[in-house]
Amino acid sequence: MKLRLNLSVNGEPAEALVDPDKTLLEVLREDLQLTGTKHGCELGECGACAVLLDDQPVLSCLVVSHECEGRSVVTVEGLTVDGRLHPLQECFADLGASQCGYCTPGILIAAKALLDRDPNPSRDLIREALSGNLCRCTGYQQILDAVQASIVRLGEGGEQKK
Amino acid sequence: MMRLPSYRYRAPKTVQDAAAWLAESPGDTMLLAGGTDLIPNMKRRQQVPSTVVGLRGITELSRTDDRDGLEIGAGVTLTSLVHDERVHARYLGLWQAVGQIATPLLRNMGTIGGNICLDTRCTYYDQSFEWRQAINFCMKKDGDTCWVATSSDKCLAVSSTDAAPALIALGATVRLVSATGTREVALTDLYANDGMHYLTRRSDEILTTVTLPKADGWRTTYWKLRRRGSFDFPVAAVAAAARFDGDRIVEARIVLGAVASRPLEVPAAAARLAGQPLTDDLIASVADDAYTLAKPMDNTDFELVWRKKTVRSLVTSALRELRGDDMRAARTKLARHPLLVIS
Amino acid sequence: MTRPRNVIGKPRRRVDGRAKVTGQTKFADDIILPRMLHCKLLRSTVPHAKIVRIDTSKAAAVDGVSLVLTGESFPIPYGILPVSHDEHALCPDVVRFVGDPVAAVVARDEATADRAVRLIEVEYETLRTFASPADSLAYPEPRIHDYGDFGNVHKAVALQFGDVDAAIAGADHVFDDTFFFEGNTHLPIEQHATVATKDPDGKLVVYSSTQTPHYLHRALSKALAIPAAHIRVVATPNGGGFGGKSDPFNHEVVVAHAAMRLDRPVKIALTREEVFYCHRGRHPVLMRFRAGVTNDGRVTGLDLQTLLDGGAYGSYGVASTFYTGALQTVTYDIPTYRFRGCRVFTNKPPCGPKRGHGTPQSRFGQEVQLDKIAEKLVIDPADLRLNIVQPPDSLTANFLRVGTIGLADCITKVVERSGWRDKYRKLPHGRGVGLACSSYLSGAGLPINWNDLPHSGVQLKLDRSGGVTVFCGATEIGQGSDDVLVGIVAEVLGIEPFDVRAVTGDTDLTPVDLGSYSSRVTLMMGNAAIQAAERARELIAEGVSAKLDIPKSRLVFADRRVFDSEDPGKGTSFREAVCMAEAKFGTLGTTGSYTPPKSPAKFKGGGVGPSPTYSYTACVVEVDVDPETGWVTVPRVWIAHDIGCALNPVLVRGQVEGGVYMGIGEALMEEQAFRRLPAKLSHALVHKFPSILEYKSPTFLDMPEVFTDLIEHPDPAGPFGAKEVGQGPLLPIMPAVANAVYDAVGVRIDSIPVTPEKILRALEAKAAGKAPRSGPASFPEIPWPETLHVTPPWAGGDGRADNDPKRPTHRKVDAGIEAKAAGMTKEARS
Ligand SMILES: Cc1cc2nc3c(=O)[nH]c(=O)nc-3n(C[C@H](O)[C@H](O)[C@H](O)COP(=O)(O)OP(=O)(O)OC[C@H]3O[C@@H](n4cnc5c(N)ncnc54)[C@H](O)[C@@H]3O)c2cc1C
Ligand code: SF4
Ligand code: FES
Ligand code: FES
Repeated sequence: MKLRLNLSVNGEPAEALVDPDKTLLEVLREDLQLTGTKHGCELGECGACAVLLDDQPVLSCLVVSHECEGRSVVTVEGLTVDGRLHPLQECFADLGASQCGYCTPGILIAAKALLDRDPNPSRDLIREALSGNLCRCTGYQQILDAVQASIVRLGEGGEQKK
Repeated sequence: MMRLPSYRYRAPKTVQDAAAWLAESPGDTMLLAGGTDLIPNMKRRQQVPSTVVGLRGITELSRTDDRDGLEIGAGVTLTSLVHDERVHARYLGLWQAVGQIATPLLRNMGTIGGNICLDTRCTYYDQSFEWRQAINFCMKKDGDTCWVATSSDKCLAVSSTDAAPALIALGATVRLVSATGTREVALTDLYANDGMHYLTRRSDEILTTVTLPKADGWRTTYWKLRRRGSFDFPVAAVAAAARFDGDRIVEARIVLGAVASRPLEVPAAAARLAGQPLTDDLIASVADDAYTLAKPMDNTDFELVWRKKTVRSLVTSALRELRGDDMRAARTKLARHPLLVIS
Repeated sequence: MTRPRNVIGKPRRRVDGRAKVTGQTKFADDIILPRMLHCKLLRSTVPHAKIVRIDTSKAAAVDGVSLVLTGESFPIPYGILPVSHDEHALCPDVVRFVGDPVAAVVARDEATADRAVRLIEVEYETLRTFASPADSLAYPEPRIHDYGDFGNVHKAVALQFGDVDAAIAGADHVFDDTFFFEGNTHLPIEQHATVATKDPDGKLVVYSSTQTPHYLHRALSKALAIPAAHIRVVATPNGGGFGGKSDPFNHEVVVAHAAMRLDRPVKIALTREEVFYCHRGRHPVLMRFRAGVTNDGRVTGLDLQTLLDGGAYGSYGVASTFYTGALQTVTYDIPTYRFRGCRVFTNKPPCGPKRGHGTPQSRFGQEVQLDKIAEKLVIDPADLRLNIVQPPDSLTANFLRVGTIGLADCITKVVERSGWRDKYRKLPHGRGVGLACSSYLSGAGLPINWNDLPHSGVQLKLDRSGGVTVFCGATEIGQGSDDVLVGIVAEVLGIEPFDVRAVTGDTDLTPVDLGSYSSRVTLMMGNAAIQAAERARELIAEGVSAKLDIPKSRLVFADRRVFDSEDPGKGTSFREAVCMAEAKFGTLGTTGSYTPPKSPAKFKGGGVGPSPTYSYTACVVEVDVDPETGWVTVPRVWIAHDIGCALNPVLVRGQVEGGVYMGIGEALMEEQAFRRLPAKLSHALVHKFPSILEYKSPTFLDMPEVFTDLIEHPDPAGPFGAKEVGQGPLLPIMPAVANAVYDAVGVRIDSIPVTPEKILRALEAKAAGKAPRSGPASFPEIPWPETLHVTPPWAGGDGRADNDPKRPTHRKVDAGIEAKAAGMTKEARS
């Protein structure tokens, strides 16, 4: 028996008929074909699968499909608004914060949640907020730089138009 | 991708409904809170309930009430606790413990109830089905032998909850509700030193609330040892709580984490501390008491002999912090960050 | 005429940056094709056994299962090196480690395949478990493979350059140290995935997260007996590789076979645990360094022995073995040198190339030994090294031709930036600094399959749209190869990177590039790209020159224009310029290719180590050690890297810091460790914790602040002078950490990782009056083969072994020269 799900994904209603044993990660990638959300363990150990669920960053690999009904999900695909990249995305691209890019969607989600909550976090606080996301490529320095640069860009009114 | 086994899902709206579902077939039904422990375990086939009762929809479980002390619903997330100014102000040790659980993303999902009931851990057990097949399984699941101590007749898996030692040090009690009734027990009595049967909770019971007594006069602290600044479960930890009268301790509790199958109280230490000022010598003796009691096994990260040795240093740091020493630098080195989680 | 560069050397957003930050980069597992099926492998649950029986009937009966495969379908072995084709896609008769694939299920979806694969029954007849090199040396039987040098020794080699024994005997001091470097793995965050399909005209197409589409192409052709011309391999962007996706893998062959058989796309996506079983990571290496040293800190001779735990298959192992001894001489002047290396088979996932391939282990030993030498001789370790840096443009004792060397500048830089002179041996107890250096190849001088073909090819297509498309087989694994390719073409043609489209890593569409390994891409692809772009520029210049009547030599390509250098207003747009050339020559296209220069090393084994040029790195690491517990933290790292020329400084810095990151992980916590259950009770030998939680990779909170400096000593061998950066900066971190720990608390940790347990044990030993050290006690006796004697260049050697039986005339060794070698121990050579 399939499970019928109605959710809001990146601001748009989405309906899917899914295998009930699936996690949100599987529903997003396989049923909604939103493959921007990645996976590196499916056990909560890497952070690659982070999405915003009702505005909270969570690990989609640990969310069962049954508990997604009626909720709102934002994935990396939803960070771009009206064709404009989020300042975080701009800064990540410009400053080398994304090398292979595989951890990037999850880190962008965690960083966005942080900046939504606290528009001016310290470098230590950024570190803490992103400490649930592993990156094997960058050594994190350029990611920290990019988040800090995006704070400046956001502060200069570089917000995305909604 | 790791996938879940098949299961039936129930979504009760009230504790009563949940208890009723649970009562139907308690042996193969499990409760799902944040899922950060249960879901990985199901994917690895360590726990394969045929029915899962999701607690998410029960709003009463995610309330925090200021009563005599603090009454925390089992479904309150770890992040909410970390952001709760009352916890930070009154129960610093709990705040420090919860703020160091797993990762920020996992804390957004994980609940306090789930943390208290967290399955015991072992590097022979927290493995996929196939891996466990390669060692012919172990006593805790599908096998006969305990590979940690092949002559042991009980499982020695490790209690790995960070919150529980802190809660026990604070004198917490928990409420358990089943279809047949409600009982309130001291949290310390919820645990048994047995890796398989580590909870005295009956399988038809739901943990609904954790109650913390008033914090008047108590100072608490939590020191956690793990390899990295994030992600890792504790491999040794200490929660210390003490009520002071001037510089003299009136009453104290020392609880060790991750060195046995349950949070381990150190009664000798409590007795030794009562009525005394916290001198360096006293701290050293208490650290010895804790060291003697700790029984880490070779089933976590790090070597067990070293883990045991660190217990001394953790207890020393904790007591010095309670005494008022400035331990910030030491804490930052150990935790690998200055514990800024609150914002 | 030189003119300012517009693209090269400027910090830029990488060309694939936008795709990555918007989640649009398509990794292998992101490919979804119509009618796609899914595959799961059944892996061995025993470490070493004969397969007696496999019953797949229950799996085949599961609703939704299309195909069940076993070893019978894969009779042809393959492997990365021609000398060790010892792998089968599914084991036909023997399994050699827990995780070795034995069967496969293809089904409607992954969950069904997963369910079905668990129903396959396999009966094994267990064989002796080889858990360590000691086991493998002690028991020649049963052999894990029926090939290899002897017993369970896969490869043993012995090379000597000059009279080392005399040089060491005649030295003022002899240092004799043993070290151990535990194995570790790549842990790319992307788990390997492959999608195979039959294209509409019946040919095989394979999309895979591989760093080496060319070698996968070869392996598939061999293993499936399909002509390479009928196979297309597309390397999808890799979500990290680090060497872990450089071998052809079982799962790639299996799904390729299944797709051809079923005529449907088949996907496989490995779990994290399976990635640990693919491994090919850092070999655990036991090492013994004997060095003769003069009173002023010069090395007279070095005698190195290494013992590698190879795991269950050959992989790159023969090369890895040689690499443990290849690069000692390119950093420092070492006039006489002996290297003996031995790789054994054990029942663990096969080791192979990880970032630094074979060299980090012995780099660790060498740099820690230098620290000990400096201590004993009371010379500052920075000065000791500065004194013996290999001179530029020299030929080392083992016939490696080095080009420019920025090592001295790197050392000077980190010494200055870190405040080394005020810190070394001056910080309070518990805090310390350590220094170490390294060097790495910018591409292996020899290909894996020896031939005279180019190592990298580039094609360029230009047309009247003004658009330029560049085609190259190079593989984007995060390192930025697409960006280098596009940047170079844009620079040469005077256009913007955005004007250039890159098509890469596709064996149907792109000319061969050997792959993203050995730090070869920037140099080799870059040179090929320059050649192709210069040829295109030449054609365009001719077209413009004829049409606008400007002498060709005066034409400048810049700002998307082609114009007269003497009258910049006179010229035309790049697009018009291309039209002029197209009108003159017809359809435009150029090619470029690169083949490295021939190495002067002609002896057997001399194929490992030569490179067109070498990068150099120096670093200083600061540590903080708690003397009570051994708890160690690394707050800061200063690193300087000789990159030759930074093509895109943003990416170069990223590679340096990424290297530091991985080095910190290896230095402090990463271990590919195994558990052998009690032999009385069990045969089991399992990976201790094949999970991303228990395999410790540093988090944001564990990473030190890194202060990076780029030193640019352009080497004519590199494109615009560039050298490698992907691997070198990792290498000095591990020894620098160990050296810093010594500075902090006075104990030597001669074994990687440097864990708090080891530090505390060493501190306790020190307190008890024992050797203040944690590390291996001894190096075992190994039956080395006959040593190949090669006379070093400075003694008139010609690059061949004196006792090479195939040598045209046996060379008579000049006794005088040998005596000089021995005599050199006291004098400094010029
Ligand atoms: C990578 C990783 C790292 C982690 N690190 C840490 C760490 O450092 N420290 C730590 O303490 N934990 C850690 N955890 C474990 C886990 O995230 C936390 O313990 C979390 O608090 C568990 O809560 P949950 O709500 O997600 O539990 P769930 O997974 O929902 O449940 C856990 C268990 O409790 C039972 N349960 C849940 N709620 C109730 C209830 N109300 N009544 C009765 N039984 C109940 C469930 O049936 C299940 O057996 C980690 C987990 C992961 C994946
Ligand atoms: S302690 Fe023993 S029985 Fe318990 S999980 Fe570990 S190996 Fe199994
Ligand atoms: S996939 Fe790794 S945390 Fe979800
Ligand atoms: S950029 Fe590759 S894992 Fe982060």
